[in-house]
Amino acid sequence: MASAHAIPSLDEQFEFTAESKRRLLIGIGAGVALVAIGAYLLASGVGEHGTHEVVHGTGASEGHDGGHHAYKWTNRLWANVWLNAIYFTGASVIGMFFISYNYLAQAGWSSAFKRIPEALPAYLPFMGVVVLAVFFIAGHDLFHWTHEGLYDKASPDYDPIIAGKQGFLNTPFYLIRVVLYFVLWYVLWRMLRNFSLQEDLHGGTEYYEKSIKFGTAFLVVFAVTSSTSAWDFVMSIDTHWFSTMFGWYTLASWHVTGLAIITLTVVTLKERGYLQIVNDSHLHDLGKFMFAFSIFWTYVWFAQFMLIYYANLPEETIYYRERFSGYGGIYKAPFFINILLNFVFPFLVLMTRDAKRTYIFLKLAAWGIIVGHYFDFYVNIMPGTVGEHAGFGPIEFGMILIFACGFMWSISTQLTKANLIAKNHPMLEETLHHDI
Amino acid sequence: MSDVNGSGKFLVGIYDDDDVVLKAVRDVKKAGVRIHEVYSPFPIHGLDVALGHPRSRLGIAAFLFGLSGTLTALTLTAYTESFDWPMIVGGKDSYSPVVYVPVIFELTVLFCALGMVGTFLVSNGLGPTVKPLMYDLRTTDNKFAMAIDLSKNNLVEGDIEQILKNSGAAEVNVKQF
Repeated sequence: MASAHAIPSLDEQFEFTAESKRRLLIGIGAGVALVAIGAYLLASGVGEHGTHEVVHGTGASEGHDGGHHAYKWTNRLWANVWLNAIYFTGASVIGMFFISYNYLAQAGWSSAFKRIPEALPAYLPFMGVVVLAVFFIAGHDLFHWTHEGLYDKASPDYDPIIAGKQGFLNTPFYLIRVVLYFVLWYVLWRMLRNFSLQEDLHGGTEYYEKSIKFGTAFLVVFAVTSSTSAWDFVMSIDTHWFSTMFGWYTLASWHVTGLAIITLTVVTLKERGYLQIVNDSHLHDLGKFMFAFSIFWTYVWFAQFMLIYYANLPEETIYYRERFSGYGGIYKAPFFINILLNFVFPFLVLMTRDAKRTYIFLKLAAWGIIVGHYFDFYVNIMPGTVGEHAGFGPIEFGMILIFACGFMWSISTQLTKANLIAKNHPMLEETLHHDI
Repeated sequence: MSDVNGSGKFLVGIYDDDDVVLKAVRDVKKAGVRIHEVYSPFPIHGLDVALGHPRSRLGIAAFLFGLSGTLTALTLTAYTESFDWPMIVGGKDSYSPVVYVPVIFELTVLFCALGMVGTFLVSNGLGPTVKPLMYDLRTTDNKFAMAIDLSKNNLVEGDIEQILKNSGAAEVNVKQF
């Protein structure tokens, strides 16, 4: 179709201004201060609800009744670091996931803004370090399965169910897996990123072909590691419980978060005058992506919930009992906020065609999803790690600020390292005329 | 949208190429001719915009069909499971909506899909006993046809024929229904 409108310039250099840097640094500083205040309050016992013998509610958690690892206030600190590290690990790796499946599908439309998903995984090494550090420092407090006594028949703590999982859940294998995830994800991203930067300089289709190959390799790797990392990072916290949907569930959660972050970044850049070639149709497609994968997340969430609800097996329903009515009911609100923000809200906001083409609605839905999936991971991680001691205090908000500002810093730095548009991408002509 | 049950005398311009017909639509409209409809063996991107078709109301129809499915499923499950023959399964209440979400979902999709097939048949004048109007049989193969309803145009036949030819039509035929 002949294009009536002029094609804007393809040369765009993102500028990471001193003002933005200053703001992010203030954000990180405020986060650190909040965490310090929160830690001080917890350490001095303010904000603790009563004694440690608080009602366990109907869903007294497995493994948390033993006296061998009593609750310390630092548990809440480390649980928060873990929660944010897992959330942002997912958000980063989804950037790689997005460009990989777009290469595999030979999709043209997304090449207009491909530098944005491409910038996300740069945060992975930091998250890898944080994840490993937390595991070494506080693994014992967060993960019930790390206690040796569980596997020793002579020990009073011996747990035949957890002992049966020892082939998978043992510290050396766990560490190997975690390192492998981050190394594989990062190295494959690095390769795609290099191809992309080389393509900017030399052009041709050679880099495109290579990107398809390595992108596909990543998808094969991620098909397995997305599930196993979800078990390792999140599901192993509630060691007795398991769900065969969990890998998909976490992937769905990460994926829609990543899409929301990509959309939000694209819209924000457009508002600042960047990404001139991104038109309404691109935004519409991004909106559809968020809409569809919010529903997909809900589908998986509901499938997991309904099977457990229907089968009514005590060892499975305990997971929802803990979240619904256990620990004095403190998880009930996050449990429902999770569904409202991640399903109802984006479903209603993004339903119409016009909404998917309007900045404000896209931003609203993206923010809803981003905040909502924090609650998703909160509800999955907190009950098994800190139980009735969880809450929303300075420590939670501070930790989010630190990780989020770090993430924005990382994305901005990556965006400055290349032209904002992959100007020699073979599919550029298609994306310039994207019209739906 | 367009009146599928057209009657009377039509001028039919036959085009060989989708790009040509797309450009022709603009040229013919600019020349002041009202186009009845364009027929193509495959969807042409941007044709509906060029023809000036209003935005499709298919979404509204889909929503209403889906809603009817949702309501049917709610009624069906509520009636059978809690009024007609109340049953307790797995210790749940005789009506526990969570369990029926799959039924509700499936019937919503089913009603929506069947309703859309019906809408498609009706709006396109198709059906088991209906004989569709064919302006040119070759539009099911490799040709593109632009139909002009002469009764709805003020220009004389010869002028319209010339306009069609100028816009790139390979031939211009007269079709009487």
